[in-house]
Amino acid sequence: MIRPVCFFNQGAACPVAYTKGVYMGENKDILTLPHEQLEALQLEGIKKTVVRCYENVPFYKQLFDEAGFDPYSVETLEDVAKAPFTTKQDLRDNYPYKLFAVPMKDVREIHMSSGTTGIATVGGYTDHDLEIWGDCFARGVEYANGGENDIMHVCYGYGLFTGGLGAHYGGVAAGCTTIPMSAGNTERQIRVLREMGSTILCCTPSYAMHIADTAIAMGLDPAKDFSLRAGIHGAEAFSDNFRADLEKKLNYKVLDVYGLTETMGPGVAIECLEQNGLHLAEDHFFAEIIDPETGEVLPEGEWGELVLTTIDREATPVVRYRTRDITRIMPGECACGRTHRRIDRLHGRTDDMLIIRGVNVFPSQIEDVMKTVPELSSWYQVVLTTVDHLDRVTLKVELEQGFDFDEIAAIERLQKEVESKMKSALSVGLKVKIVEPKSIPRSEGKAKRVIDQREKGE
Amino acid sequence: MIDQITVFLENSEGRLAALCRTLADADISMSALTIADTTDYGVVRIICDKPEKAIEVLNGADYRAVATKVSAIQVPNRPGGLAELLETLDSIKLNIEYGYCFSVNGETAVDVLKIRGAAQAADAAKVIEEAGFKLLSQEDLA
Repeated sequence: MIRPVCFFNQGAACPVAYTKGVYMGENKDILTLPHEQLEALQLEGIKKTVVRCYENVPFYKQLFDEAGFDPYSVETLEDVAKAPFTTKQDLRDNYPYKLFAVPMKDVREIHMSSGTTGIATVGGYTDHDLEIWGDCFARGVEYANGGENDIMHVCYGYGLFTGGLGAHYGGVAAGCTTIPMSAGNTERQIRVLREMGSTILCCTPSYAMHIADTAIAMGLDPAKDFSLRAGIHGAEAFSDNFRADLEKKLNYKVLDVYGLTETMGPGVAIECLEQNGLHLAEDHFFAEIIDPETGEVLPEGEWGELVLTTIDREATPVVRYRTRDITRIMPGECACGRTHRRIDRLHGRTDDMLIIRGVNVFPSQIEDVMKTVPELSSWYQVVLTTVDHLDRVTLKVELEQGFDFDEIAAIERLQKEVESKMKSALSVGLKVKIVEPKSIPRSEGKAKRVIDQREKGE
Repeated sequence: MIDQITVFLENSEGRLAALCRTLADADISMSALTIADTTDYGVVRIICDKPEKAIEVLNGADYRAVATKVSAIQVPNRPGGLAELLETLDSIKLNIEYGYCFSVNGETAVDVLKIRGAAQAADAAKVIEEAGFKLLSQEDLA
C-alpha cells in the first residue's frame, strides 16, 4: 500500500534539499533499511546539519569555534563526538529566535516547552519539519499495525505543548480519522471513546488510567464498552505493572512514546508491539549515550544520558543536545524485524526536572514565582502525590514575618494569588499550603525541595 | 481598642497544647482563646494579660504571631446583652470580620469584635459609647 502523502507540504518546496525518499510516507521500507544504509543516511544528514548550524546560527558558529570543532571535517559518525554539546540553557539564552536556521517566512509553526517565568525553550517547524514530525509519530500507529481504518482519540493537551498537535499530526499522517479531544472533561472523553468507537488512544499513561477508572466508576466496562486496540502513551514514566493493569482495564496494547520539544516533540522514539524498547526514528535523529559526568560517549548497552542530534530538522536543528534523560541503546535487533535501534525505557534524569502530569517543571521555576510574592518566605517544599492515578502537587511554604494573617480571607487570597501565578507560569496547577515557620526542614547543604511520594505507576 | 494576639497554627496533633504551654511557661494568663479552622490550618486568637510579651515569646519559639487591634465591649451578662449591642451597631454600616464573647465575672461579659478599617472602628466606638456600653482598654482586662 502506498501511504497518502502527508497533507503538510503539499507542493511546497523544502527550503533545504535533504535526501528525498526517506520519509515513511513515501517509503515505508525505511523502517527495515539495513543499518549500514541508515548510518550512511545519518552521516549525510549530520554533515549538512552541522554546516547549516555553523553558517546560519551565530550561536553555533561561536560554540564550534570555541570548541575547535570544524563542521566541514565530519567524515564518519564517530566524528560527531568531536562536536560540543548543546544544553537547555543554551536554548533559553537564545530565546526566542536566535537558534532558527531558516528565514522566518519558512517557519510554519512554533511550540514551546513551559519555561521559567517568560523564558521557555522554543522549537520552530518548517513545512518539512511538520511533515517529519507527523511521520515520526505515525510510526506509533504503524507499530500498532494500524492505519487508515483507525480512529485516533487524542487527549494530550493541544497548544504550545507538543503532545497534542504532535499526536494529531501523526494520526493524520498515518491516515487515521483523528479526533482532537485535547485534555480534560473526563466524562466527555469517555462518552466520545464509547460512541465514536475510537481505536487508538493518545494521552499520558496516568490520564489513560484515570479515564479507565472513571469509566469503571460510572458503571461501564471499558474493556468491552470501548473499541480501543492501542494506546500511545508518553510524556511520563510508567512501570510494567502499571502497563499490565492499563492493558487489562482497557483491553488494548500500550506503546511508550518518547520525545522532547527541544528536538521535535513526541515521536523521537516509540515502542513496537514487542514492548521491548523504543525504536528511535534513526533516519531523523542521531543518538549517543554519554557519561553525564565526563561527557564521554558510552558503548552500546551502557546506561547514561541520551544526547540527540537532528539529522534533517530545518527550522531549529540541534547538535548534540543533552536531553538529561537516562537510558541506554539496547543491543541486538528487535524481534519485530525493524532495523532502527531501540532506547530502553527511561530511568530518570540527570537534573532536577520534574514531570508533572506530562509537563516539565523545574524547581527553579517555582522559586521564580515565589520571588514575585513578598508575603512568602523562600522556604518551600514541593510534595508530589498520586490521587486517582493523577499527579497532585502541593507547595508547602512558610510566610514572611509581618504578613497580617488575622483574617482567614487574607490567607485564602494569598493562596489563590500564588496558585494562579503558578498555574500561568508552570502550565500545571498546584495547591498552596501555608505552613508554620521552621516546619520546612532546614538541612545542611542542599535543601530537599522536592518530596516525590507518587506511586510511580505501580 | 485592645491587642489580641493572632497565631497561625497548622492542623496537626499537639500544636495547640504546645502553644498554650509556651505561653504558660512565660507566665502569660489568657482570658479568652478561640480557633478559626480550615482544612489545613487554624488561626488562633487570644486575649491575654501581656500581649506584647506573648508575641515576642511566640515568635522567638518559631510560631507566627501578630498583634491585632480589636474592640472589646462590656455587656451585661443576661439574655439580650449581645443582641442589644449588635442592634446598636446595625444602625451604622459596619463590616465585622469576626467576633466572640467571654465572661470574666458573673455580672458582665466581654464581646470582642474585629471591625474592618480604622475609621469604621472609630465610628463604631462613638455609637457604642453613646448607647451606654463600655469600651474596654487593655488595663480594664488586666
